Amino acid sequence: MHGFHASPVETSLFSVLAIASLLLAFVMLGSRWLKHYLIAFAAESWIIAILSAAIGYIDHYPELYVIALLTIVFRGTLLPYLLLRITRRLTIERELEPLLRPSSSLVLGAAGVVFSLMVAARMAYTLPAATEVIILALTVMLSMKLIGYLMLAVRHEAISHVLGLLVLENGIFLGTQILVPGMPMLLELVILFDLLIIVVCFGVLVRYLMGQVGSTSALQLRRLVG
Amino acid sequence: MNGIAVSCLIGLPAIAILIMLAAPRPVLAERLNLVTSGVCLSAALVMVATTPAIGIGYLGRYLIVDPFGAWVILCAAIVYFLSSIFSCGYMRMLDEDQRLPRFYQLFAMFALTIFVAPLMNNPGLYWIAIEMTTVVSTFLVAFEQAPEAIEAGWKYIIIVSAGITLALLGTVIFYWGGTFILGSTYDMTWRVLRHAAPGMSHSLLVLGFLLVLVGYGTKVGLAPMHTWLPDAHSEGPAPVSAMLSGALLNAAMVGIVRYLAVLHRANLFDLPDQLLILFGTVSLLVAALFIVRQRGVKRLMAYSSVEHMGIVALGFGFGGPFGVAGAMYHMLNHSLNKSLMFFGAGNAMRSFGTKSMMRIRDYAQHFPVGAALWLAGAVAITGAPPFGLFASEFTILRAGFSGIGLWAAVVMLALLIVIFIGFLNHFRIMYYEPANRPEQKAAVLTAPSRWNIAPMWLALVPLLVFGLWWPRAMWQDFQTVERTIQGPAVLHAAVVEHAVNGAVAFRTLAPRAPS
Repeated sequence: MHGFHASPVETSLFSVLAIASLLLAFVMLGSRWLKHYLIAFAAESWIIAILSAAIGYIDHYPELYVIALLTIVFRGTLLPYLLLRITRRLTIERELEPLLRPSSSLVLGAAGVVFSLMVAARMAYTLPAATEVIILALTVMLSMKLIGYLMLAVRHEAISHVLGLLVLENGIFLGTQILVPGMPMLLELVILFDLLIIVVCFGVLVRYLMGQVGSTSALQLRRLVG
Repeated sequence: MNGIAVSCLIGLPAIAILIMLAAPRPVLAERLNLVTSGVCLSAALVMVATTPAIGIGYLGRYLIVDPFGAWVILCAAIVYFLSSIFSCGYMRMLDEDQRLPRFYQLFAMFALTIFVAPLMNNPGLYWIAIEMTTVVSTFLVAFEQAPEAIEAGWKYIIIVSAGITLALLGTVIFYWGGTFILGSTYDMTWRVLRHAAPGMSHSLLVLGFLLVLVGYGTKVGLAPMHTWLPDAHSEGPAPVSAMLSGALLNAAMVGIVRYLAVLHRANLFDLPDQLLILFGTVSLLVAALFIVRQRGVKRLMAYSSVEHMGIVALGFGFGGPFGVAGAMYHMLNHSLNKSLMFFGAGNAMRSFGTKSMMRIRDYAQHFPVGAALWLAGAVAITGAPPFGLFASEFTILRAGFSGIGLWAAVVMLALLIVIFIGFLNHFRIMYYEPANRPEQKAAVLTAPSRWNIAPMWLALVPLLVFGLWWPRAMWQDFQTVERTIQGPAVLHAAVVEHAVNGAVAFRTLAPRAPS
């Protein structure tokens, strides 16, 4: 009893979109320029929006069209724009002292994907009616989580941290569309709204950081220990 | 009555915030917040007294008032009231009167979000409410705008937001598990999840619970996800620290316990209980290590919060009538006691102008009353009789020795002794070690006002009472919650009888028990 019945063509469409957003997460992981992160994030959000609309059309969930539209407006346009404004104000263009070279983080990210695939395959093994799309969705969801945490761990710039958080959320959002397309719309709306509030709060805090600490790099935040 | 109480708890802080926004005057904001907190406390008392065992739904079942949620809200309302009194004295000492309205707006909003979270009937909305508490309290933590405060605020929002996305993923997994039974679209509430649990896939339930436990565990401050906690608790103003520790951590614990109840309904007992026990023990261990070597006075209190949340987790992990009752009683006692400790720490900090315990000396000679109250609180928080925390820790240990967590109970006992020695040693130095170095004598001493001392009395007296007398009605309330959490599978006659005997046995231990 599951809300997901799709033909092979439709299945491959979902797979392509899910894999494309995972690739964009890798683009964010491998890039050093803040502007590239933002573009990759916006593109990822658009792909998720297309995925929502496709699932809405194929599985007959008309409310997913609304979600897709809101995803484009909020995640695909408004959030990247707000972050771009913050970056411009800070005149920071790239991550100055990353803890790991981009190539090393890419390798770690790939290891994360393998791990996610193992977990997802094991999970699906115990479920009735687990299709390949479900395994793929679980894999992408878990690996985008791991990549998001990796970005939080190896980057220092405040903006990279915010983007890491947004990747974490994007992963969940993508998985939600495929695994539970019938999830009540109220929740997704509130989560979108919540994201917006968080980004605004980060904007305010970044301004405080600039004013009081004089830097937006987490490397400077080392007064509180023990 | 119950409906009126709920509307008061949600409506009054909201109205107060609006008035403060319309008329941002320091004195008005201060008094308005004080009155609001007082009425909220009475409303919370009414709510606990009038909540039926099965709970009441409001607003089309979006809100649920059940005994467990009502209890956590009562703990939060007590802390809100005490810290509002304390703020009247403490926030004046910061010499930033023009920013007071902003502080009280945020403070009332923080209380509001904490009250709302346990009322949420939909696990997804509960997640949003917890996220909102983070957003509001970040600005309270960073309120003093010193570089340290901003740093603490930044770490707080990043670590907790990142951690809590795991709880969102867990929530989605639980919803997904439900779709196999209830169809692709259904209204997810705690009750629906509990009813659907026996038919859900066990691997999904376990994966979901793991994610939720780590996610909300970050917010509860269970080690090793506790890293934001000492920073945020030490850098915020003292009333905010009290709210974070005494009210917020409990509100996040609600989520873990409610999901635990779902797993118990699916007859999954061993794994989730052992996980909670493991996290609880690790929290105690980390707290013990950091308490012994601590230098900052408020960081000491913060690590003590990690310790006590670990004990609460152990209580729920041990389970059974004693474990749950002990954990819930511990929540109340910890809320009272930790408020007292943060108030004392705030007073000491302001009097000596430092957060470092190395520079606080001869405290008792300078301020006899405040010092005596703080010392009594320190004795209480390490779990010494005759205070409330002794009673609750004793009950939790009893649950541990009779159940699956024997090893954890032994470790807990050992670590409690270490913490007792380490914690009180700091107080010995601050109170009785003579000031040798010149910078220790040169401190400018400002005396705390009556507003700073009164809430300490208000916290200590009930703490003493609860240590000597465990009200029977409270015990029965805890047993109602215990039946919800443990599920019908274990509720056979022997357990009930055990519980009744336990209540009798405990009351014989307390000297002033009613006949």
